[in-house]
Amino acid sequence: MMNDGSVSSGLPAAGPTVSAAIEVANLVKVYKTARAVDDVSFDIARGSITGLLGGNGAGKTTTIAMIMGLVLATSGRIQVLGHSMPDQSERVLGRMNFESPYVDMPMRLTVRQNLTIFGKLYAVENLPERIEELAANLDLGDFLDRANGKLSAGQKTRVALAKALINRPELLLLDEPTASLDPDTADWIRRHLETYRRTRGATILLASHNMLEVERLCDRVIIMKAGRIEDDDTPEHIMARYNRATLEEVFLDVARGRVQEQAP
Amino acid sequence: MSTLAHHFDIAPHRIAAMILRYWYLLLSSWPRLLELLYWPALQIITWGFLQTYIAENAGFFARAGGTLIGAVILWDILFRGQLGFSISFLEEMWARNLGNLMMSPLKPIEFLISLMIMSLIRLAIGVIPMTFLAMVLFGFNFYAIGLPLILFFCNLIFTSWSVGIFVSGLVLRNGLGAESIVWTLMFGLMPLSCIYYPVTVLPQWLQYAAWTLPPTYVFEGMRALLMDGVFRADLMVWALAINAVMFAGSFAIFLGLLRSARRHGSLLQGGE
Repeated sequence: MMNDGSVSSGLPAAGPTVSAAIEVANLVKVYKTARAVDDVSFDIARGSITGLLGGNGAGKTTTIAMIMGLVLATSGRIQVLGHSMPDQSERVLGRMNFESPYVDMPMRLTVRQNLTIFGKLYAVENLPERIEELAANLDLGDFLDRANGKLSAGQKTRVALAKALINRPELLLLDEPTASLDPDTADWIRRHLETYRRTRGATILLASHNMLEVERLCDRVIIMKAGRIEDDDTPEHIMARYNRATLEEVFLDVARGRVQEQAP
Repeated sequence: MSTLAHHFDIAPHRIAAMILRYWYLLLSSWPRLLELLYWPALQIITWGFLQTYIAENAGFFARAGGTLIGAVILWDILFRGQLGFSISFLEEMWARNLGNLMMSPLKPIEFLISLMIMSLIRLAIGVIPMTFLAMVLFGFNFYAIGLPLILFFCNLIFTSWSVGIFVSGLVLRNGLGAESIVWTLMFGLMPLSCIYYPVTVLPQWLQYAAWTLPPTYVFEGMRALLMDGVFRADLMVWALAINAVMFAGSFAIFLGLLRSARRHGSLLQGGE
């Protein structure tokens, strides 16, 4: 495992680092006998976009779910925005949000109704204006009053992103945000995420299989394999270290167990 | 202690948001609305005619006028109260929306309160027309029970919520594979709740089991009122006491099952 200076080997004893949005220390998740996540530690700096890469079963989704508090860790510690998860989740959940293919928005409700409900859950002020703003930013205007179940995959993804942004989160967790989208829509979503990070100073952690997406969006990449961190650096450094031109080639090297080259 | 304080620090705006969610859902589908009315109406018509037939042919039942119809209405409060709670919960499982809710600031207690309020709304839609139907078709004025009716209702609705919270926890932990429990568990209590017959009909050893269930006290109380004109306050106090224990127990079990679901990753799956 290769780490640069930004990766901690554990939480500092004095308490949470002010600049870190997420601090994960010695995180382990065991399902019956399988170790889905095996002693993972990392910090995510505020205002950064970090990609969590890995094949199926690498532990990405479980790691993100533990950060969100949807799954309890077997051992280890998680701090989100300076608070311990899941014990202090009530102090954090209103300041973060997520999008995942493992959850849906209610299908029978219209987009506006869904956004209204989630806006109220997150106590969003001036909610009708916020919904109109999101509709304009994410191009939802044409189907704002259509049932979610009647939307195309691309439209549903945009609505899920609107839900994830409804409370202007400081921390956004995204699991495969552009999965099953056509290249145009996927590119559109990426541009929006970049804009959101830039304008709000938000922190984004995204799990993805799309290497181009990660290359384009992320300041930093954490590669997971079999529940452990295999590598952790900027995309450029990782590609240089593996002597590869693209992250996709690096991904294949890692997935197939090829030994990395030494960086020049 | 801090965990308990966290659970009971309730935000009404989040409960209102959840009620709005279920209200939108109810209005989005006329078959769902119709179904709320259909089964209770069918029940009251069938049992009402049976009561009329028996009353015309048996002296005892002529004296016990309205006990069958009254029992049907009270049973429906118990059964539909639980269904109203559990179906709103199942809607989240069917829609794969539970992850969104659990990741939001919504607390389990707020979620459960919104389900309780929805069970009252769904119950009102189904049972109030049923009581008027009983009045028009069979001359049975359910509201003539008067003040005791409030106690009957409160006891039955508390039991229905306890059962609803318990089965929702099971579905949360075990996924939709456990959905059938939602529809069938209350029927398991039916023979022991002595809805249509007095407790004394049961063998002695089963009577002990029957008296552990709050509905048994309610149905005994209803028969005492309708047949003998006596309001048994002692029965209502016992029912309330057992309900308090059941309610606290089901909430504790729900929290335990929620924690277990988080430990096993069930909230990410939600399927069978």
